[in-house]
Amino acid sequence: MRQTLALLVALLPAKILLFLALAANGGELTVSGSVSGEVRYFLQDPLPPALSARNIYPAFSFEPRLVYETNSGNDSFVVSPFVRLDNNNIGRSHIDLREAYWSHRGDGWSLTAGINKVYWGVAETNQLVDIINQDDGLEEVFGNEKLGQPMANLSVFSDWGTVDLFILPVFRELQFLTPGTRLTLPMPLNDAEFASDRGKSNIDFAVRWSNSIGDWDIAMSHFNGTSREPQFLLKPTSITPFYDQISQSGLEVQYTSSSWLWKLETIIRSSKGEQFWAAVGGFEWTISGIFSSGADLGLLLEYNYDGRDPMLAPISIYDDDLFLGTRLALNDIDDSSLLVGALLDRKTDAIAVFAEASRRFGDDWIIGIESGIFANAKFPDPIAFVNNDDFVTISLKRYF
Amino acid sequence: MIRFLSGAFTILLMLSPQTLLSQSITNSANRGAEIAREADIRGQGWKSSRVSLTMILQDRKGRTKERKLNISALEAPDDRVGDKSLVVFDSPADLRGTILLSHAKIKEDDDQWLFLPALKRVKRISSSNKTGAFFGSEFSYEDITAQEFGKYSYDFVGEKPCGELMCFVVERRPDYPNSGYSVLITYYDTGEYRPQLIDYIDLKGRPFKQLVLSDYQKYEDKFWRAQTLTMKNMKTGKTSILQYGSYEFDIGLTDRDFTRGNLKNIR
Repeated sequence: MRQTLALLVALLPAKILLFLALAANGGELTVSGSVSGEVRYFLQDPLPPALSARNIYPAFSFEPRLVYETNSGNDSFVVSPFVRLDNNNIGRSHIDLREAYWSHRGDGWSLTAGINKVYWGVAETNQLVDIINQDDGLEEVFGNEKLGQPMANLSVFSDWGTVDLFILPVFRELQFLTPGTRLTLPMPLNDAEFASDRGKSNIDFAVRWSNSIGDWDIAMSHFNGTSREPQFLLKPTSITPFYDQISQSGLEVQYTSSSWLWKLETIIRSSKGEQFWAAVGGFEWTISGIFSSGADLGLLLEYNYDGRDPMLAPISIYDDDLFLGTRLALNDIDDSSLLVGALLDRKTDAIAVFAEASRRFGDDWIIGIESGIFANAKFPDPIAFVNNDDFVTISLKRYF
Repeated sequence: MIRFLSGAFTILLMLSPQTLLSQSITNSANRGAEIAREADIRGQGWKSSRVSLTMILQDRKGRTKERKLNISALEAPDDRVGDKSLVVFDSPADLRGTILLSHAKIKEDDDQWLFLPALKRVKRISSSNKTGAFFGSEFSYEDITAQEFGKYSYDFVGEKPCGELMCFVVERRPDYPNSGYSVLITYYDTGEYRPQLIDYIDLKGRPFKQLVLSDYQKYEDKFWRAQTLTMKNMKTGKTSILQYGSYEFDIGLTDRDFTRGNLKNIR
């Protein structure tokens, strides 16, 4: 924590000064962002041998974003650090540069160099194809918050779609909250091991083509490099994360037909001569104007299959799982919305239920409630680690 | 966590008369269609445009909230396809950087993609919901999508005064599915063929909403644009006002600026 704080102190003012200097030089600087406070309450006492019996965990976060545009908007510099402050001794405090890049827009192409976020995929339950960025394991239970990834990214736009080429020179490890606390692993973690001789400096490559053809949105991708998911090598009293070298080909398809969105993501991953495939597919169906109001009710169903051998590849909770969800959007002035979903494991009967509600108040505030409930999970289903970590989080976020 | 953003936004290409001529009029006796067609022709040739606007949402008690948007648009090359547009949200702050890309169609549903800046995710969304509220306003999606000529059938009612001007009154009946209206009674001024007022009649034949288009300004000596649009909902008593800034035309945008792949490059 001390180191990251030192980094923040050293880095941030320098960046801000750089921006101000650039801004003084013509061009346009925009500052935006958010600051948030939250309280997370755990419904049960933790599983033994937990380090703390506390159930209430307050925390803060801060995420400013500076955008400097010049050359008629064709060149832009973006810096966006994320700061989490959490004084609960669970190892959640951290700082990450979500974005710190220069981007140039040419005629029919663009080039980005620096730290950035890239999202691939169409499914809602499982970001199966999405592989450029590492999950921020300290933030999100279901892994939609990502760490910034150093990259060079060339995009070429043409009539037959968009082609993206990526060179990824630095690997980001998945981080965990302090083992033995909440929403984390039960045993201490050793330093990670890598299949690549270059360790974290292995240079990864990725390419993706995407296009929209009528009602179809299609993308194909290929990745070669360090797996974003660690395999856990179990020792008697500790765990060693191991990052393999993999090749992964991905396909994303969405078919949009009136109020139905049909979705499919599938991957084939190979490593050391072993190969497996995984897929997630389903639909999102929206009923408009329910209760004779402007509200929309969405129904979601997705099925997850994963054919990996847990001895050879990282464990996935999406091996044979059905997701059922519903989303209510009131479409009112304050964008009130509610989402409830459940992931059901067909093999082990483990259930993870997730709920999220939010609305705006005033012009700049969002109040949100989130909850995760875990049930029926038995080892080795990874959800068993968090069986006693059912939680409710209330958050208040101010945008500026 | 697993996040969704409601597929709730649609295009905000304005209710300009400057839309497309989508079919030739074979029945010259149909004066209503001729008037709408004339309004259409007079607006063609803008190629691409950009404008900032403020949306003011006012409830029954007169309390207001403001939203700010930027809209870029690309005129369709011929009358078989619709215009393309990009709506970039600037406020409220939590929606800043959210972008809606639309490829308008004549009678089918528009193609629409939403860019969610927090995740940098592009999501194709459904546009079959025509009657829902746009952005919490009294404008529904079908009010703000491109009013292509070929989307309606027309009847001429007569001439009536509209404020200080005289207007042609034309009944437009939606020919596309899922409309919330039976008729749009549209007043075009007889001099410039600009829509001045629209009475929206619901599916049961009752007055539903009224739109007043005002503060017309002439750009480049030929394109008339209403700078203020005031939509009043007769059923709820709520009002939404759109106040436009200065339009820029023929700014060199191309199809490439309106693709899903380009969304991450827009700031």
